[in-house]
Amino acid sequence: MSLEVQIEKKLADFTLDISFRAGSGPLSILGPSGAGKTMLLRCIAGLDRPDRGRLTLNDRVFFDSSQDIQIPARQRRVGMLFQNYALFPHRTVRQNIAFGLKKLPRVEQEKRVVALLERTHLGGVENRAPGELSGGEQQRVALARALAIEPEALLLDEPLSALDTHLRSQMESQLQQTFAAYRRPSLLVTHNIEEAYRLGAQMIVLSRGRVAANGAKEEIFRRPPSVEVARLTGCKNISRARATSDRTIEALDWGCTLRVAAEVAAPPAFAGIRAHLIEFSEVVESSFARDENTFSCWLVRSVEGPFSITLYLALQEPRAESASHHVQAEISKEKWQRLRDQPLPWHVRLAPEAVFLMKD
Amino acid sequence: MDWSPLWISIATSATATIVTLVLGLAAAAWRECRSGPVMALVDGIFLLPLVLPPTVVGFLLLLLFGRNGPLGKLFLKFGATIVFSWPATVIAATVVAFPLMYLTARAALEQVEPHLLQAARTLGASEWRVFREIALPLAWPGVLAGTILSFARALGEFGATLMLAGNIPGKTETIPIAIYFAVEANEMQRAATWCFIDVGISLALLAGLYYWTHWQGPGRLRWARR
Repeated sequence: MSLEVQIEKKLADFTLDISFRAGSGPLSILGPSGAGKTMLLRCIAGLDRPDRGRLTLNDRVFFDSSQDIQIPARQRRVGMLFQNYALFPHRTVRQNIAFGLKKLPRVEQEKRVVALLERTHLGGVENRAPGELSGGEQQRVALARALAIEPEALLLDEPLSALDTHLRSQMESQLQQTFAAYRRPSLLVTHNIEEAYRLGAQMIVLSRGRVAANGAKEEIFRRPPSVEVARLTGCKNISRARATSDRTIEALDWGCTLRVAAEVAAPPAFAGIRAHLIEFSEVVESSFARDENTFSCWLVRSVEGPFSITLYLALQEPRAESASHHVQAEISKEKWQRLRDQPLPWHVRLAPEAVFLMKD
Repeated sequence: MDWSPLWISIATSATATIVTLVLGLAAAAWRECRSGPVMALVDGIFLLPLVLPPTVVGFLLLLLFGRNGPLGKLFLKFGATIVFSWPATVIAATVVAFPLMYLTARAALEQVEPHLLQAARTLGASEWRVFREIALPLAWPGVLAGTILSFARALGEFGATLMLAGNIPGKTETIPIAIYFAVEANEMQRAATWCFIDVGISLALLAGLYYWTHWQGPGRLRWARR
């Protein structure tokens, strides 16, 4: 089971130029709005035609510019979940789900629809019109309808973005169940970092029509290959850097020298650390203070979120409030309760294994 | 009183409306998936009968369907003459009603959310099935409005019909033509009767159309809402 994509398509302000291979299981495609994510799905589904390249699913060629092959969408058997669900408003839930089953005998159609209603927890609403359903129900109908044709690949365009928070987590577990049972290439497009991480096993980061990172999600988050990917995966602390030895670098924007875990191979241009990986010493022990990568820090300002606090810190020397900060750290509320009453300067540690280096 | 103009008018308008509905929908659906400068010309040709004087339409139809016209010759091969026959009234009414049908059908089809058509395609539906089961039902309120307008327009057709079909009582004499020749012959009573009948039918159609769109309107919105 594999979907192989290698396409180019000129868009309004950049060119989509993407190649990757997706095996069985969910693949998240993370990218900001306008990175070409939806167009990529539309090309795979056959709703748009790439300018050049080749698209194959298992052993079927969907598109090949060199042989002038473009299989129409209706013959691709690719399930697509549209961002706005695209349910047929003049048909009931049951008729929506059965739409793609027309060639099957009636009994078989009915059997599949019943099974899908069960799987997507839609029992009881099957005779309603889509307009009478909640957003979450509409989403599940769209999913059931796409799964009904037993597609050989599943494409989901921002499946959770239109739902509010509690529906979102419900739908997320629905999707996890679906992926667990489905075991075929599934592409999930999203601009939400958490969604991409939670739902995908593999991940692709897309930026202005190009693949900026492709691999295991843990690895992409631990060691983003570029500043762009670090930013797109939510890294808040990025500094220009230069190597000072094979194990140390100077972080120019943070004004400090850092030890790093891995050997500094190629000359790095940037260093980064994720906000939640910055450690605080709660009691200033002399040993911690003298530890490597530990710096005194002053609080510039703090922003309270529902579950955590973001602290904007100046390293090495105090700064006036509203001045620019060096790094931002994120800590739990309990930790904040204990930390807030301690006198400045506090001490932070940028652990060598948490610091990653990037060439560009 | 001879009632034949009423039956001829209704038969002509009904036939012309059915032909227009099929042709207008086909043209609108065909045009829907195309674009480019050539298509602007096509649109222009489709809409011409709306703005041309009926005499020009009638004259052009005479050229086409006359004994020496390309279509006239074709029909002659099957032993049929179009000019001054009942089918000529249908042809004239169809041509003048067509632009109204085409315009409303296109507007209605354009209103259909493209994602719905695309979703149907990914579910394996042929283009014909996409049109018949998704586009047409969702565009139906607009298409039906176009049908009523076309019927009303066909009923009111005078100039092109007179030129192509003439005035043969009991055969090609529709209500508007009957009125004209009644006035010519100074039979004011007859002209007035037909005028009242024509106004009555047209008013009923237009009021029905308004009633229908007014009361169906909210329902359509409910459909369109997701």
